[in-house]
Amino acid sequence: MIRVADPGPQTTVQDLGRVGQLRYGIPPSGPIDVRALVIANRLVGNADGAAGLECTLVGPRFTVEAACAIAVAGAEAPITINGNAAEPWATLALSPGDTVRIAAARAGVRIYVAFSGGLDVPPALGSRATYLRGRLGGLEGRSLKRDDVLRLFPAALPRPRRLAPPEIPPLDVEPEIRVVLGPQADRFTAEGIAAFLGGTYEMLPQSDRMGARLAGPRIAHARGHDIISDGIALGSIQVPGDGQPIVLLVDRQSTGGYTKIATVGSFDIGRIGQVKPGQRVRFRAVEVTEAHRLHRAWELSLAGIAGGRVAAAA
Amino acid sequence: MALCVELGDEISLEVNTRVRALEFLIQDKGVAGVVETVPSFRSLLVYYDPGQTGYDTLCATLGALAEQSSDAVLPPARRVELPCCYDPELGPDLLAAAERLALAPEELVRLHAGAEYLVYFVGFTPGLPYMAGVPERIRLPRLETPRVKVPAGSVGLGGAQFCIYSVESPGGYWLLGRTPARLYDPQAAEPTLLRPGDRVRMRPIDRVEYDAIAARVEARAWQPAIA
Repeated sequence: MIRVADPGPQTTVQDLGRVGQLRYGIPPSGPIDVRALVIANRLVGNADGAAGLECTLVGPRFTVEAACAIAVAGAEAPITINGNAAEPWATLALSPGDTVRIAAARAGVRIYVAFSGGLDVPPALGSRATYLRGRLGGLEGRSLKRDDVLRLFPAALPRPRRLAPPEIPPLDVEPEIRVVLGPQADRFTAEGIAAFLGGTYEMLPQSDRMGARLAGPRIAHARGHDIISDGIALGSIQVPGDGQPIVLLVDRQSTGGYTKIATVGSFDIGRIGQVKPGQRVRFRAVEVTEAHRLHRAWELSLAGIAGGRVAAAA
Repeated sequence: MALCVELGDEISLEVNTRVRALEFLIQDKGVAGVVETVPSFRSLLVYYDPGQTGYDTLCATLGALAEQSSDAVLPPARRVELPCCYDPELGPDLLAAAERLALAPEELVRLHAGAEYLVYFVGFTPGLPYMAGVPERIRLPRLETPRVKVPAGSVGLGGAQFCIYSVESPGGYWLLGRTPARLYDPQAAEPTLLRPGDRVRMRPIDRVEYDAIAARVEARAWQPAIA
């Protein structure tokens, strides 16, 4: 059992998300940085889809009541066990009564904590992922609060492992996010598209699991910013009338009526989700075939990490 | 990965029927590599696994299915009857809408409850149905200033569209009344009530019946009539 002493600003239970509910208006949810949660799970001997925690900017403080192992991945945040510094991206063995504290992230936004066995919360529509706006899944559909108690599925303690340093992504650099233009790129002026692909965009603090809001050079529309509402894909970049892009993420609305200039490749969703408010990003357009190749390369690279197999991509 | 199949560029029964027929054909034929689909007014968003299908292959398959997509391939629609209390307290725009339409409030209610509505698609928020079939006589442009908060269950009219708010959210439709039915209940095994293609009718109820049904809904002892 895990007893939460301090949850941090927004910590939720997430697995790889739910499939098949978008047609009812329910988004997949799940981790924004899939790679980080999958690797954390592998480091504690779990299947890729076991439920762990996603923390936002600051991690939790919690005490374990039985021996277990954890791994912390994603955003770079100082970890202590009973006050002693511990390593990220590594198996950490815990004894009964140990207190873990994960402090504010120095780089990145989303910190993932996997527990050996995985978090035992009831699945909702086939997934343990929390959808906060819909009060669905996870722990009573909400983020963790003080004195919450989380149970783990029984599991053997894993062999300790750590990720090789080259596999740990640097998060303090300005990333280049790869996009496929469309489906409504024709609704923007040539100057608008040039501004989008040539400029740098700053992450705004209003960003959340629904969408990453960015500010930068205005993306001009050719003829109005409204369309007949249609489906919004993971990574769709909506541009409302103010000409500023919003990248839609895992808790997105299923449909919407703003023009979409491009879609971020699934392989770069985790990366844009780790961009801190105030940090900047650039966008680069790739063709669909190139996006498929990049997706395959991303899957293969993840398959070889921490003794894993290719997870069914969410 | 996802691709969007556009079947037109208008909000019409014909185009939306083709969207839902295409979705049905994809499910029925179990098209390889398709992970999930999201119908909307005039297009179908198709999520796929590029490990199982190629972009060109999938485009060709979907193009061929789109050719066959018509009303004829769809299974019979579900018919859902939802109680609705048309009371100014629960439908704060009922009287203003009637005045704007130059109708007595009772006549507006009669026309609204007399029509059958088709769920074009469900989306935006969990379980929110976008419905067509609003009689010409009671069409109104959307409110000039949208409300910041509309209670769940509110029955709203905007142009040729009719919707029922599934969760508390902002909204710009004229609110005529409220249904005690829950269109989204995260604690239920099936959290959303309505599906694309459902045919919906509203049954006028008074405030006493509204409160009685609301109490049974709260106790999870009430379900709407679905045929």
